Formats: sequence, C-alpha cells, structure tokens
Amino acid sequence: MNYIDNIAFAILLIIGIGFFVKNSKKIVRNIKLGKNIDRSDLPKERFNNMLKIALGQSKMVKRPIAGILHIIVYAGFIIINIEVLEIIIDGLFGTHRVFSVLGGFYSFLIGTFEILAFLVLASVIIFWIRRMVLQIPRFWNKEMKGWPKNDALNILYFEMVLMSLFLLMNATDNHFQNLNVGNPISQYIANLFQESSFTTVNIIERTAWWLHIVGILIFLNYLYYSKHLHILLAFPNTYFANLKPKGQFTNLKAVTNEVKMMMDPSADPYAAPDENAAPPEKFGASDVTDLNWVQLMNAYTCTECGRCTAACPANITGKELSPRAIMMKTRDRLEEVGKNIDKNGKFMDDGKQLLNDYITAEEIWACTSCNACVEECPVNIDPLSIIIDLRRYLVMEQSAAPTELNSMMTNIENNGAPWQYNQMDRLNWKDE
Amino acid sequence: MNVPTMAEMTAQGIQPDVLFWVGCAGSFDDRAKKITKAFVKILNKANVQFAVLGTEEGCTGDPAKRAGNEFLFQMHAMTNIEVLNAYEVKKIVTACPHCFNTLKNEYPELGGKYEVLHHTEFLKSLLDEGKITIEGGKFKGKRITFHDPCYLGRANDVYEAPRLLIEKLEAELVEMKRCKTNGLCCGAGGAQMFKDAEKGNKEINVERTEEALETKPNIIATGCPFCNTMITDGIKAKDQESNVEVMDIAELIANAEDL
Repeated sequence: MNYIDNIAFAILLIIGIGFFVKNSKKIVRNIKLGKNIDRSDLPKERFNNMLKIALGQSKMVKRPIAGILHIIVYAGFIIINIEVLEIIIDGLFGTHRVFSVLGGFYSFLIGTFEILAFLVLASVIIFWIRRMVLQIPRFWNKEMKGWPKNDALNILYFEMVLMSLFLLMNATDNHFQNLNVGNPISQYIANLFQESSFTTVNIIERTAWWLHIVGILIFLNYLYYSKHLHILLAFPNTYFANLKPKGQFTNLKAVTNEVKMMMDPSADPYAAPDENAAPPEKFGASDVTDLNWVQLMNAYTCTECGRCTAACPANITGKELSPRAIMMKTRDRLEEVGKNIDKNGKFMDDGKQLLNDYITAEEIWACTSCNACVEECPVNIDPLSIIIDLRRYLVMEQSAAPTELNSMMTNIENNGAPWQYNQMDRLNWKDE
Repeated sequence: MNVPTMAEMTAQGIQPDVLFWVGCAGSFDDRAKKITKAFVKILNKANVQFAVLGTEEGCTGDPAKRAGNEFLFQMHAMTNIEVLNAYEVKKIVTACPHCFNTLKNEYPELGGKYEVLHHTEFLKSLLDEGKITIEGGKFKGKRITFHDPCYLGRANDVYEAPRLLIEKLEAELVEMKRCKTNGLCCGAGGAQMFKDAEKGNKEINVERTEEALETKPNIIATGCPFCNTMITDGIKAKDQESNVEVMDIAELIANAEDL
C-alpha cells in the first residue's frame, strides 16, 4: 500500500496542471477576440528585445532598488524551479532526493537554492515593507483599492510561505542535514529542532514537502485570477511589442480608402454603393473587441506596478487619467466578455462597453500623448494606443470631442491651421 | 528677410536643397514667429539653399490625429503630400517636433517619403559640415537647462543634438531631475494645447516649470513652439519673467552671433 502517496501525488499534479491548462486556453481565446494586427516582421529584433527586456529585465533597473530586488526574486523563482522537478520525480516514483546521485554537484545546487530562497524571502519582505509600511505612492493610487491591493499582498504572502516551506523542508530532512553539505541556510533552522524527536522532525519534513508542492500548484492556478500573469506573458508581450518610433500612430486603412475616394476628381458622387461591399468598418474602439490582440495581451500582462502612472503628467497633476487603470479596466472588461462567452456560448449583448462603463471620456481627454507611460513600462505595454483608439471612436463615430477641440478641428478644416488665421497670411511673418 | 518660396524657386528652375516646413505655430504665433526668423537667419548666414511653401503649406494634421480625428488628419496629409511631391521635395527641416514626427513617421505610408530633420539635427549637421560656427558669445557661462519635447525625445529618440548645440555655446548645461527619456511633458501634446486641462490639482506646465526652476537656470531652452508657450506661461505663473528666459535653440544660436 506504499503507492497511495504516489497516486495521490499524481492526481494532485494532474488536477493542478489540468486546471491551469484549461484556464490558459481561456486567456488565449480572450486575447484572440482582438482584431488582427501583423507583428510577424523583424523576428530577430523581436527575439532580442524579448531576451533583453523580459529575460534580462533591462527596463526594471531604471528604478534600481525595486529593479534589483525584482531580479533576485525572479532569478530565485526560475532557478529554484529545478528543485520542483526533483520534487515531482520523487513524488511520482517514491524516491527521495533523486538528484542526490549527482553528489557534490547536488550539494552545490541545493546550497545555491537555499541562498536564493533566503534572498527571495528577504526581498519579498522588503517588497511588503515598501508597499505597506513606506506606502510608496504608486501602490496606493485609487485604482489599487480592494482586489488589486489584496492580489499584490497575496502574491507576496505566497512567496514568503513557499520559500519558508522550502527551507523548513531541508532543515527537517535528517538525512540531508547529516550530510551537512549544501545546507548553508537550513542548518541554522535545523538547530531549532535539536530537541524534537526523530518522528516529529520527520512529520514536519513530510508536511513541508507536501505543502510546498501543493502551494506551487495553487500558485500556478492563482495566476489566472491575478496580475501575476506577467511572469509568463512578459515574454510574448515584449516579443510582439511595437517596434516603430513611439510617436508614430497607426494610419487607419479604412479612412485612407474613404479619403482617397473623396479626393479623386473622377469619383462619381452619386454612384450607388457596391452591393457586395462589406459594411464600413467601425472607426476606433468602444469595446475590447475593437482593440487588437496585442492591446488585449497587454492588459493581461500588466502587473500593476504603476510606473506608468507615476510618470504620467496628467496623473502627477491630479487628473483622473491613470495609464495603469486604463490597462486594468481593459482586462476587467475583457474578462467580463470572456465570462459572458463561457456562459452563453457566444457573446450576448450585456448593454456595457469598455468606453464609459469602464473608461470615462474625462480620463482619455486628459492624455497629452507624451509616451511617458510607454517608455516606463518594464514589459513594453502601450496604454497610449488604447487611449487613442477610444478617442477615435468618440470623435469619428460620436462627434463627441470637447468643444474647444471641435473649434480647433474646424479651423484646420477651413483655414489649414488650428487657429483662425487666413491661409493666405502664412508668409506674413517674413515682412513683420 | 530672404525667404524664397518653392513656387518662386521652381519658376527659376532651381531645386532647393531643403524645404523649411514652418508649421502653423511658426507662421502665426507671435512668439513662435521669432523662432522661425531666427532659424531663417541662420540658414541665410550658412548659405543654405532653402525654400518654404508659404501659402501652399497647411497644417500637417498632427493635432487632429492626436485628438482622434483620423479623417481630418489624412485629408490634410494627402493634400500636403500632393504639394510636396509636385515640387519633388526630398529633404525637409522643421522647427516643430509635432510637424517633424508627423512628416517623418506618418506621411510615408500615405505616399509622402522624405528625409525629415528637426532643426536641431539640421543645425548640428551644418556645424559638422563647417557651414556654421557657434561660439559662446553672450551665452558663455550662462546656466541653460533643456526641456525635451516629447515628440522629439521619447517619440523619436533625438536627445543629443540640442544638447550638443547648447554645449557649443560654452554655456553650462544643467539637467532637470526628469530629463531625456524621463522628461516630463509640458502639457501641450496630444491636442491639449487647444483645450483647457481636465480637472486636477495643478497645471502640467507649472509642474514642469517648477522642475526647470529647481536647476536655477538663466535660460530654459526648448526645441518646440508649443513647449515654449507652455513654459513661458509657467514662468509667468511663477513670477520669474525678469529672471529666466525661455528660448528656442535656434534663437540661442542666432542671438549668440547677433544675427
């Protein structure tokens, strides 16, 4: 009956990974609700960007303290996962520390993991202090109330618990402690158990081992509900990010066709529209399905660090706009649309949309299009492109620009300048 | 002032080396016109064969595009492109980062492909070619801070040309806390120039001006007519008009030489 453990472990693993795969498919489906945009060009440059920005964390260190702590947690996370592989093999086959056949190299590995685990634990505690004690402003903007705040804390607690369990598991492993190599951290914790009986220590070791792997599986499944998805999506997000100059906005093709027709002197103004022609495309975006899939992936990738908002001139001066909130609201609406599809088989009109129900006109008109948010984002998210698409809908579909902007646009239309000056006076300056 | 138009040059059978795109602010705004004239003085001094479009120039469509009016933008873009292509324009220089960005990045897809330079890049190339020499003159030793226009800096990664020109004036270049990629917007971009700001607790231009004043400058230099207006307003709001001047890089160079 020694197999019960192994079977339980296998079932746990299948359930844990199974749920994760199921939810991942939902995320992919939701992202694909976005409009098509071609980002298949320049694969080499894209790959290099991904290596540099996602793997190499090059934009994180722009804020050195947060950046270095983040690199420690990130490196720890990746490297300690080698240990998870051992746990899985041990769990499935009933072995104990199967990699220990590597001898001295194994001790070196585990020793490194222990030091990393300790550093991660320390970093995460510092993160918690920054958030809760120092109350760094960007973690306390108004969009960070409720779930976003709890989500951030949950992640920190998860990591604290997982790292502690890893160290505890090593500390209470009598055989491992007796070897007394590769235990630079856990040997001190082991001292605490010197008075305890062999059985007690053994039970603690088994419990820590099980809780560690269960914790990892829960954390894996927590990602779907959390801002922590960035640990996976940072990679495709940096790969597919915009490579053009930041000031270059897209030219809407649908508009180009119309403008060309308007400017064509041989066009027949009374011509009946082509019956086979597709209905005209909607200009701009009022809901998430009008955005492109890269913008939707951006929304899932955002980890709500708030660097964008801290750099936003509108937000700094107390305006309603927060680029982070733009991304969070886009994700909230996208998840709502996704749930609607889960429930009804296809999207049923729910009388809501991204514009107005989530993002208000006041927010998007406060933007100066300065690109500070785009520049700041450590994973190349582009909140500005969403703001502009929403503006396009407001202006071209609803004629709902602020009055002063309407005057500006009327002036451009009539005088060829945003002010009321006569086109014929354009060169007057040379004689003034 | 010698300011030939493309029409005049073409009539004489001359193809100028570069088109100076003046822009709406440079043509109509009283403050920006001074920048335009300063730049023309330098062009004439350096014997650059240039021309302007004059009454054939129209708004590039930038503010319309940033406001979300793609129709108005593309109509203006295509009209301008027809004019530019008719004159077989190859190279454009402009003193407005908004015109610069639009002409450089957004016109090519609509059929307007030109080499487009911001005037600070162009001045730097004149310097490199030895067509102008910049000496300290009256700005020697002055404290000058440079405000990065968003559409020049972050939007197009031009940070060094304006700074190099300031250094050539033998002035002391002092950087603000937020500069280059971290530069704070003046508050005018994205068509904000033409409307009141949304409700908040401060004007962006005041925030930026305060940052500039922290460097205790004699002069705040910019390379954009809209930034110039915003910072000048900020200086007025802070009652610093008698202590600090707001000047375009082209003005600094022209004034240094007393052109």
